[in-house]
Amino acid sequence: MATTAPSPAAAGSTGGATPPPATRDDRVGKRPLVATLLSRPEVGSVLGAVVIFVLFLVVAPVFRNPASQGTVLYTSSTIGIMAVSVALLMIGGEFDLSAGVAVTTSGLTASMTAYQLGLNVWVGVFIALVVSVGIGAFNGWLLMRTGLPSFIITLGTFFMLTGLNLGVTRLVADGVSTQNISDMEGFASAKAVFASTVSVGGVNIQITVFWWLLLVAVSTWFLLRTRAGNWVFAVGGDPKASRAVGVPVRKTKIGLFMFVGFTAWFLGMHTLFNFNVVQSGQGIGNEFLYIIAAVVGGCLMTGGYGSTIGAAVGAFIFGMTVNGIVYAAWNPDWFRLFLGVMLLLATIVNLVVKTQAEKR
Amino acid sequence: MAVSRASTATVVEPTSPVSEIVSLREVGKSYGNVHALRGVSLVVRQGEVTCVLGDNGAGKSTLIKILAGLHAHSEGEVVINGEPVTFSSPREALERGIATVYQDLALVPLMSIWRNFFMGAELRKGPFRMLDVATMKGIVADELLKMGIDVPDLDRPVGGLSGGQRQCIAIARAVYFGAKVLILDEPTAALGVKQSGVVLKYVARARDAGLGVVFITHNPHHAYLVGNHFVILNRGRVSLDGSRAEISLERLTNEMAGGAELEALGHELGASVKQMEEGAQLHAS
Repeated sequence: MATTAPSPAAAGSTGGATPPPATRDDRVGKRPLVATLLSRPEVGSVLGAVVIFVLFLVVAPVFRNPASQGTVLYTSSTIGIMAVSVALLMIGGEFDLSAGVAVTTSGLTASMTAYQLGLNVWVGVFIALVVSVGIGAFNGWLLMRTGLPSFIITLGTFFMLTGLNLGVTRLVADGVSTQNISDMEGFASAKAVFASTVSVGGVNIQITVFWWLLLVAVSTWFLLRTRAGNWVFAVGGDPKASRAVGVPVRKTKIGLFMFVGFTAWFLGMHTLFNFNVVQSGQGIGNEFLYIIAAVVGGCLMTGGYGSTIGAAVGAFIFGMTVNGIVYAAWNPDWFRLFLGVMLLLATIVNLVVKTQAEKR
Repeated sequence: MAVSRASTATVVEPTSPVSEIVSLREVGKSYGNVHALRGVSLVVRQGEVTCVLGDNGAGKSTLIKILAGLHAHSEGEVVINGEPVTFSSPREALERGIATVYQDLALVPLMSIWRNFFMGAELRKGPFRMLDVATMKGIVADELLKMGIDVPDLDRPVGGLSGGQRQCIAIARAVYFGAKVLILDEPTAALGVKQSGVVLKYVARARDAGLGVVFITHNPHHAYLVGNHFVILNRGRVSLDGSRAEISLERLTNEMAGGAELEALGHELGASVKQMEEGAQLHAS
């Protein structure tokens, strides 16, 4: 496949006399820089992002406003934080359909434990962390224990959490949302960490944007430059082969699910401290936005390939579109159509890019 | 022959000419009520190639899985360096120096060459335990060059390489990571003549370097080119066990093919072959 001759002339030369053994195989040319660039998973999404950015710059004057860009970044970050972990999980070969409602579960847990027990808000935050990471660990453990597809297992936890969110909130808080905790001890400091705004050159930017960028940087470093990151590619690319050479498949996959739990916790805390209350029915359907961001960013549905930078670009495309449609004064009814088209186009582009890159 | 060469070269070992690294004693394995392997005894010695031959379904794969630590044996004893063991994971087998190169090579197609080479045993450096990419790439380039493979770009995904190149990468990886016993599962099965030659040369090189090699194949010609000892499996049992001195290539081929069965088949097909020959002559004239 890859060793096929780039030109007919080169192929002809191997047919006659055997080439000298010590020299370079002349059928394999130097890989061109373009091919190296094209073999990056996020290339399709970057091109798409540029196109959409330019489009909205042209059609929506409000979009050029720095404050609008702050809003775009904020929307992107609320999807992007989850897209980082969902992308890592997808590179590791699995899905998590419970990721959307797990965010809500986390916010509800922190709010209700702190309020009902009259604890410092930070204690509730910590309990929510344990619960969120625990949900991830449960997903991962059940997956490895049963060998069922993660689609089925997390679909199960998705419905379980959806029901729990509504049911427990009704029982404990007697309503569809939690009580306001903004006057409780520790609220101010927690809000500063999870939901404050930072002024950059006169533009107010939500702190989640910075956490998101940090998360993308750290996860990229983790994926490309640490041993566990190499294992993520390995278990996603071929779990049997990785097990055979001693990669701890079970630990790696469970760890990835736990990381999804961690980011769900973080976003849940942001929701809680940004709005002071959490609605028990929210988060449903968001899991697909995270998956779309990851796939648009070049993650393969089958695992073993992708990047978190790509997922960040995917989230940015989402942020630009959801706000850009409003700024352009278009009917937002069309938004979901656009999302579906984006997903299909991105998947096709990724497929083509991948086969091209492998051939070079 | 290769054995004597290897043993005279190692002066440190005057007592035994070749030492046993792995020996199986009456090993069996059943999956439910299916006996995949029964009463198999086998010895792997340093600097020797032990060939395991057998038709499809003879129990070769089961034997590999036991040696590689993927399945535990259900009867008999697996003795490694004089100590009976039961592996519960491939990692344990690796720690004992038993490396297996599977037919599917245990390479991840989408990952680059150097990532595949060091998969599961990545080199790290610095306070943050970062991957030492430069050193790993250097080692891979050296190891591959030793085998006569020149890949210009180690960042290429393995999926784009030829079968022989992939086979060599997998073997080079096992040898590099200090394997004492190398189990090769049909390494030449999917290869052309030339690439098979390259792989066989490398098998011989591993043997001469003092490794014990278990060479699993259904090609007696390939086996006879490098083997010191031959074991034929048939329906889960050993049907032939002998050293090179005791067995000729002809006998090996015959046994491997099922001896009498093949003869009968020959008579059956003889008629049709004759017909074909006559047809060919007709065409030629």
